[in-house]
Amino acid sequence: MDEGNARVTEGIGRRRLLGLGGAAALANWTPAWARFASPGIASAPPVVQGDEIVLRVAHQMAEVEGRRLHAIGINGTVPGPLIRLREGQRVRIRVDNALDEDTSIHWHGLLLPFQMDGVPGVSFPGISARGSFTYDFPVIQSGTYWYHSHSGLQEQVGHYGPLVIDPAGPDPVASDREHVVVLSDRSAIHPHEMFSRLKKQAGYFNRQQQTLAGLLKGRDQSAAERLAWGAMRMDPTDVADVTGSTYTYLVNGHGPRDNWTALFRPGERVRLRVVNASAMTTFNVRAPGLPLTVVAADGQNVRPVTVDELQVGVAETYDLLVSPPDDRAYALVGESVDRSGMALMTLAPRPGMGAEAPPLRRRPVASMKDMGMGGHDMAGGGMGGGMDHAAMGHAMPAAAPDPCPPEHAAMGHCTPAAPSGGAGAPMSTSAPMTHDMRDFSVAPGVRKGPGVQTISPMPVDRTGDSGQGLEDVGHRVLTYRDLAALERNPDTRAPSRSLEIHLTGNMERYMWSFDGEKLSEVKAPIPFAAGERVRVTLVNDTMMGHPIHLHGHFFELVTGHGDHSPRKHTVVVQPGGKASWDVTAAEGDWAFHCHMLYHMHAGMMQVVQVRAVGSPA
Amino acid sequence: MRSLLAAAAALASHPVAAQHAGHAMPGMAMPAKPARTPSPRSAPPPTEQVEADPHAGHSGHGGPARAEAAPRDGAEEARPATPAGTDLPAGAAPAPAARTDHLADRYWDPAAMARARAGLRREHGGMTYHQLLLNVAEYRAGAGRDGYRWDGEAWAGGDEHRLVLRSEGRGDLGGRAEQAEVQALYGRALDPYWNLQAGVRRDLAGPARRTWASVGVEGLAPYWFDVEATLFFSDRGELTARGEAWYDQRVTQFLVLQPRLEVNLAVQEVGADAGRAGGAAASAGVSDVELGLRLRWEKSRRFAPYAGVSWERAYGRPRGGDGGLAFVTGVRAWL
Repeated sequence: MDEGNARVTEGIGRRRLLGLGGAAALANWTPAWARFASPGIASAPPVVQGDEIVLRVAHQMAEVEGRRLHAIGINGTVPGPLIRLREGQRVRIRVDNALDEDTSIHWHGLLLPFQMDGVPGVSFPGISARGSFTYDFPVIQSGTYWYHSHSGLQEQVGHYGPLVIDPAGPDPVASDREHVVVLSDRSAIHPHEMFSRLKKQAGYFNRQQQTLAGLLKGRDQSAAERLAWGAMRMDPTDVADVTGSTYTYLVNGHGPRDNWTALFRPGERVRLRVVNASAMTTFNVRAPGLPLTVVAADGQNVRPVTVDELQVGVAETYDLLVSPPDDRAYALVGESVDRSGMALMTLAPRPGMGAEAPPLRRRPVASMKDMGMGGHDMAGGGMGGGMDHAAMGHAMPAAAPDPCPPEHAAMGHCTPAAPSGGAGAPMSTSAPMTHDMRDFSVAPGVRKGPGVQTISPMPVDRTGDSGQGLEDVGHRVLTYRDLAALERNPDTRAPSRSLEIHLTGNMERYMWSFDGEKLSEVKAPIPFAAGERVRVTLVNDTMMGHPIHLHGHFFELVTGHGDHSPRKHTVVVQPGGKASWDVTAAEGDWAFHCHMLYHMHAGMMQVVQVRAVGSPA
Repeated sequence: MRSLLAAAAALASHPVAAQHAGHAMPGMAMPAKPARTPSPRSAPPPTEQVEADPHAGHSGHGGPARAEAAPRDGAEEARPATPAGTDLPAGAAPAPAARTDHLADRYWDPAAMARARAGLRREHGGMTYHQLLLNVAEYRAGAGRDGYRWDGEAWAGGDEHRLVLRSEGRGDLGGRAEQAEVQALYGRALDPYWNLQAGVRRDLAGPARRTWASVGVEGLAPYWFDVEATLFFSDRGELTARGEAWYDQRVTQFLVLQPRLEVNLAVQEVGADAGRAGGAAASAGVSDVELGLRLRWEKSRRFAPYAGVSWERAYGRPRGGDGGLAFVTGVRAWL
């Protein structure tokens, strides 16, 4: 890596020497705020702002680590320009479509009239080929957000960009400068071809599977565990569908060897606005040697909490404060959850410095807990789940989700007094065999079909977990339970009802759905009454984490923080786990989906229908 | 004590606290309570303090985040004792009924919306795919004459319904195909792992050329065995069966060892066509068996060359020198 950095740095130097020619070539595909050695957007003019904004969506070439790849960019850049707005303004954004196919832009995380939300077939008809559309909406919030295509698989090839809204009043987060950090993933393979390969061979991109050689070296699971998992036809190394075997992970459109650099002066308080704009990649973000103070999640301010690492799901945003103390370069890495690669950037006092990237860590292997057998991990052998569970049992706030809901107790899966249950069987590696992994009676709302490979027999709330593979990294890792809203929640009513939605899939057929039905099969949307407050519990019946996004709303996570619950637009439901949130429904028809692009494409999407009570049908 | 003081000092420079002190906060609904005692962890990047005690308040694995919960819970106690917000239990009100209208139709051309909705459903689960797969395409060098063999399929369709074309056959180099067949099948997903396949088979070469009705299952058995089991009824009333199973053992990320078994059974003797030598095409009972072991190089998933051995034995009829051991080399490929 060192060598690569040196080479790249040298390359930049040469380009500098070449002067205008090189700079102009660079400017063709890189927005001002994302050039090498960015001076920071606090001192650089934002690319687009004001009340009237024009964006042009077009084919272009984008260069990643010296390779030129076809892309769909916005205003000639990948990612698209930073859109900088101010709370309280009204904005008109005209989008010109220079493609020969339909496109769209969805404003991810923005509260707006639903017909401006930008989802073809839900909120508007889309922007036709060579056509144009003007979005027009009031800006009623502040924070770090992003925007992206909701048409086809355009997002995978570059159709996304950051969006920052400055607060109307003073910003409670004080910083000396700030940088936008857009994380994404890029492959030379056409996205439809990638999806097609996943359909034909779900493990196509996984080059970290368990092997005979690994077994002989004592790596990964023991022979007995492999047999038990083989009996269930579950691959514990299936952590990410698309991996570093084809992806290059990007920061602001640049690969690790491009060494994108953000500047600071030692001692300054630097605000990093981190956006995970990738199609399929969950990033574990850290900056060795620098504590990260989380001050906002999904654009909403939270009570500052300092960690060494945090998992950022697809479509989530986090604002981090760092204060690099020394006059040296620091690496900021976004390591793919399956550790097959990383996005890398440098925080440096001067341009031309390259920080050494930490080595990739060993990829995680899924545990019993990841298969929805939360209570069975107590003696799970080194996966670290037991401690989590203990923490939940003792320190859990009063109204947090019950680890042993009545329906499970009734099924004999657990007893309220002893949640580890399981008929007192020893927690051996063959424990899964004692459970029916496809017992639909614990998920009465799920349609039985080939698309549902497993039903989590006893899922537990995993908002207190740090994320797959981060259980035992030896430093502080953020969990959702660490987040508390800075301000009191706007709606603190008790939910009038609750709703359970299952995240379902079949890894072998690469099928993904809600409640066992792909969007192409659903008969009716999910109905809400406008203004109604509902507690939604997402149950993950699969062995992968799913970042679930509800358009046009913030929901309050049920994590024991009462009227200061963290407000989010996207929540990662960890493998085999559950997460609950309360939401106040806003009128409109809204998209609701997994933000893993290929999961959504496979059908893991629904429409949330919110109507005023008594309004004409 | 020292570290407590350090924490207090760090708090003084807390961005939020500083803002509270310095501004009237116009337009911001800040909590009225003055002192929500933040935990030490709530401090801004408190480098000095962190250096003094990088893991203040927690230790060991899994602990960091959770052990910190204690001081934060202390802060929670500053809230009124009555639960609020998400701490409240949910009621049991009924859900409203779903409606059949589309709100966007009120804002945009309903016809354009209808087209967009159809596209939305098609692109989110309603797509179809196709694949061409050569599972076996090999050259055989054995006891008898050198030969060739293929076994592959092409399919098109969605997740649950597919049209499948299959073909397999073999022959001697330079000679006619010794045996060849094609099948046209409708495939339907039965459960997460298994598919029903039914259709017709036509023999193109071989001692007994028939047209067969074919019905079978194929899929993934526990322990990752790929299995195909098919029954054939011929236009002359004969009943035969075929079973195939193989297992992909990854030796390394790129090297895959594939043991493979194929057995053909016949309920009754299948007679050779008139004018062909050699009596029965298949005897009753086990008519032939093949055991293979192929090692393939899967650097590319879609074009994986292999080499291996194949042992076969035909019962009650002559076939390629009555079988035996052959060395095989070929490629597994798909598009």
